[in-house]
Amino acid sequence: MSWLMIALPLLGAFILLVFNRFTNRWGHLLGVVMSLASFAVAVLAFVELLGLGEDQRRQAVTLYEFIPSMKLNMGLLVDPLSISFALLITGVGSLIHIYSIGYMSHDPDRRRFFSYLNLFVAAMLLLVLSDNYVGLFIGWEGVGLASYLLIGFWQFKPSAAVAAKKAFVVNRVGDFGLLVGMFVIWTSFGSLAFKDLGAEQIGTASNGTLTAIGLLLLLGACGKSAQLPLQSWLLDAMEGPTPVSALIHAATMVTAGVYLVVRSGVFFEASDVASLVVTIVGVATLLAGAIIGCAKDDIKKGLAGSTMSQIGYMMLGAGLGPAGYAFAIAHLIAHGFFKADMFLGAGSVMHGMNDEVDMRKYGGLRKYMPVTFATFIVGYLAIIGFPFLSGFYTKDGIIETAMEHGAWMGWLAVLGAGITGFYMSRMIFMTFFGEKRWDKDAHPHESPSVMTVPLILLSIGSIVLGYFLIMDNRLMHFLAPAVGMPEHVPVPHLFSTTTVGLSTLALVAVGAAIAWMKYGRAQVPAVQPRGSFLTTFARRDLYGDALNESLFMRPGQWLTRIAVYFDNRGIDGLVNGLAAGIGGSSGRLRRLQTGFARTYALSILIGAALLTGALLLVGNI
Amino acid sequence: MNPVIETPTIEYGTLAPLLLVFAAAIVGVLVEAFAPRYLRKSIQVPLTLLSLVGAFALVILTVVGGDVPSEPVAMGALAVDGPALFIWGVILVLSVVCVLLINDEGHFVASAAAVPGSADEEEAERSGSAHTEVYPLALFAVGGMLMFPAANDLLTMFVGLEVMSLPLYLLCGLARRRRLLSQEASLKYFLLGAFSSAFFLYGTAMLYGYAGTVSLAGISQAMSTGGALDPLLLIGFALLGVGLLFKIGAAPFQAWKPDVYQGAPTPITALMASGTLVAAVGALLRVFWVALGNLDWNWRPVIWVVAALTMIVGAVLAITQTDIKRMLAYSSIAHAGFLLVGVMATYATPEGNAVSLQAILFYLLVYGITTVGAFAVVTLVRDPGGEAGHLSRWAGLGKRSPILAGVFAFFLLAFAGIPLTSGFFGKYAVFTAALGSATEAGDSLGNWLTGLVVVGVIASAIAAFFYVRVIVLMFFSEPAADGPTIAIPSAGTVAVIAVSLLVTVGVGLYPEPVLDLAQQAASGLFVR
Repeated sequence: MSWLMIALPLLGAFILLVFNRFTNRWGHLLGVVMSLASFAVAVLAFVELLGLGEDQRRQAVTLYEFIPSMKLNMGLLVDPLSISFALLITGVGSLIHIYSIGYMSHDPDRRRFFSYLNLFVAAMLLLVLSDNYVGLFIGWEGVGLASYLLIGFWQFKPSAAVAAKKAFVVNRVGDFGLLVGMFVIWTSFGSLAFKDLGAEQIGTASNGTLTAIGLLLLLGACGKSAQLPLQSWLLDAMEGPTPVSALIHAATMVTAGVYLVVRSGVFFEASDVASLVVTIVGVATLLAGAIIGCAKDDIKKGLAGSTMSQIGYMMLGAGLGPAGYAFAIAHLIAHGFFKADMFLGAGSVMHGMNDEVDMRKYGGLRKYMPVTFATFIVGYLAIIGFPFLSGFYTKDGIIETAMEHGAWMGWLAVLGAGITGFYMSRMIFMTFFGEKRWDKDAHPHESPSVMTVPLILLSIGSIVLGYFLIMDNRLMHFLAPAVGMPEHVPVPHLFSTTTVGLSTLALVAVGAAIAWMKYGRAQVPAVQPRGSFLTTFARRDLYGDALNESLFMRPGQWLTRIAVYFDNRGIDGLVNGLAAGIGGSSGRLRRLQTGFARTYALSILIGAALLTGALLLVGNI
Repeated sequence: MNPVIETPTIEYGTLAPLLLVFAAAIVGVLVEAFAPRYLRKSIQVPLTLLSLVGAFALVILTVVGGDVPSEPVAMGALAVDGPALFIWGVILVLSVVCVLLINDEGHFVASAAAVPGSADEEEAERSGSAHTEVYPLALFAVGGMLMFPAANDLLTMFVGLEVMSLPLYLLCGLARRRRLLSQEASLKYFLLGAFSSAFFLYGTAMLYGYAGTVSLAGISQAMSTGGALDPLLLIGFALLGVGLLFKIGAAPFQAWKPDVYQGAPTPITALMASGTLVAAVGALLRVFWVALGNLDWNWRPVIWVVAALTMIVGAVLAITQTDIKRMLAYSSIAHAGFLLVGVMATYATPEGNAVSLQAILFYLLVYGITTVGAFAVVTLVRDPGGEAGHLSRWAGLGKRSPILAGVFAFFLLAFAGIPLTSGFFGKYAVFTAALGSATEAGDSLGNWLTGLVVVGVIASAIAAFFYVRVIVLMFFSEPAADGPTIAIPSAGTVAVIAVSLLVTVGVGLYPEPVLDLAQQAASGLFVR
């Protein structure tokens, strides 16, 4: 039955795309219904899973056997890990579908938007529910396609078209890694099914192979999850409609990399080098994302930087082995809620402000959009790790576990939390507090309830989920059948009084205080000031694009030019020559087909003579 | 001492499908002689269809009832074993489908005896007469097709060959449009067919001279006792091979195929391209694997060359074809080459051979069905002067008639062997069997076999070019202003296309049941 989860939104996308404008009037409703139905199936599957004993919580569903001997079967794996993702994707996804009814109500292409959203949900579910890497890869490419289509949804804007292309190209680098990783797995172990790739089965491989597999898979994860060094596309991806940013580029798709690392945990656990690299990438990205977030005036890009940073935390957790998996996934789920909450909140603000994204042109909005403000504040408190809210428990879990692995990564993660406190507070102060810096024709107003109700539901999740998942190690025990338990199980506290916990809180408070002094108390200039060297550095996304351009793009262009030259001269010559040769010989051979029965009879006679001669010859050798 | 002539024992139950088809054919002839003209068609069509369906049901009953004989029947003349029954089933299904196509209006000439373009012809056209002899002729041909691959001695096989071929020679000349082309095809097919039959018969005589018997098992026996290098044996075998290879259209005996396929009425082309090929490959397998099984060190190098040449000639020559039916004819030549790769894939163990046999049987089924479907589509795309054969007329068909063009594109992809079509699994099975055989053979022979598979894959790639080119032509070219009309298909033609599509898609997605069936049929190999 779990295949329905994927089939329903896929059917929705199919109907909306095929019947096109005939579905314009009710297309968005169909999209929402399909997404909700998929959510209902996910809940049923979840309940069913809970009813089973712990050792049975890996339900394999075989859908299709391609070639049995090749072990390339299509099947689904419903286990705690995949169902957690499925619930997040369909749950948050449905809320965002509903929100989009309001957000996209003035867009003439709303039906197309919903068909892409449904396509995305189906592909993402295929990604997490597949029981093998091939299915995962198909879903992986599917979400990539949906992401491309949705970033470039307003393709009449050149910036959106370019951003979509950039996301696609950068992701190609990651996909290449994933694909080669899959090749290596296939040649080493002869199967791509997760069930054939347990710790015992891969034990025979050399350390070098396992490290190579780990690093290649990590490259794939970095592309999809916008981790260093493949982070550059995510900020530009904010060109898409805001619900897309919330669903794809905050809550779900960008976390696929974390899923991949956790699902392939067996390889990372077997290779110290690979898991160390995962943590380094995580730490580097969580800092880089936070620094970028500090300097952005575009509210969505600020949030995008923050997304990078938070996924950095998850990646760090995923690199820590079984001890970190539960925290990484818990943070992922909690982040799905509070980040979607804030993105949709930002969308609500833009909706009321004529699609203005520059925070320097906001200010004092809390009175005009109270619901948006309240829900945004909840998301804000959750992300900075305000006590008892979601982020407090989940992020703290990652930091504490990291500290046990290595002090350097632990303290850097604490520093990242402090910076988070700064840039998120900055966003709050610039948007909702201070004086009005609006454009003349701005008439801010609260959004309709079809948009605010999802916000409220998401903010409730942002409050309680962290506590719910972490207390009593609920998620850890739940996930154990899929990813295993750590050697010593941590004891979660309602309020941790360790040095690490307290210093994290202190640093966050310092960050918030600095933000208050600079953006709350002081006046915010309506025009971006020049800023110091450091600010420029952050504004330019740490020169990520410049680096890519000078290091890869220009040499790449040269390389392509050279390659094209040789391709034209050498390879094309060969290929075209071959094609011409075949075509030519076809033309020449054709002349043998004279149409005369006597010629045909002669050819039969000659053939018979040759055949007889050859047989006699071979027989007598 | 008086020589006693034993009363031959005939297993009527086992032979019932064969007998039913022949009986119906004879009744059909009587109908032609005695029934009034206006009644004939309404008698012939049900008679033909019912007898074929009935024969198919009898085959199923034999298989389900588990009375597949373990020895040759009819005094050793026929071997109704697992593979033969599978082939019978396939041929009967294909012929039912082809009869539905034949039944469609407008394929056959009103009066074959009238000179093309003469007043007689016009007269016949106007009076609305039609040749209902087509039905009994087709039944005789189908009966021959059933007999041919089940024959257990060379004389029976020759009779089967002729019973199959003679009606087809005639049927080829009955096209309603382009009658001269059709008559030319008929005559060529007859001349060359007679020529190749002579080779077959000569070979049979040589082998009789060597072994003192025409029974396949007897020849095999003689080889194991009497040495395998006797020139009589080798020459006899080579000539026999010519006759068989001619029927499947292997190079260098392929020249008749494009001319005949193009000229014949398309439903008959469909019958030849599917049924005849299936029957001929069945007979070829029986001769090579049963009679000459001990000689495979000798025949494999020769068939290697023939197979490679057939695949290459088929694929390469198809590229420059401009007529859709000729293109499909060359495609059929290439596929005969792929099948020969399977024939090469013999093993030392019966289990191994069963795998190869399974692959070939599966291939025959899926290729036959797809072929009939493709030709059925061809019958629907028409110009004022008949079918629109020239490829340029197919340009932009996807815009005029997206469903028909889509279906045809799907058949072409199946021919090319794209995954998720039945054709993919056919090729995959045959090539895998050959590679397995190569691994088992080891050393130089193994390398040669692997090389043949490589040739096969390259030929597939070349073939994919011209299949895809037609798709490109249909969907990405502007339709001609005075493009062909799409005939409104009769219910029969719709059924044919639907069944072919269903099998091509269904087996492509879920080949297991058909593979299992083929495996069951192949497990016992050929009885001796």
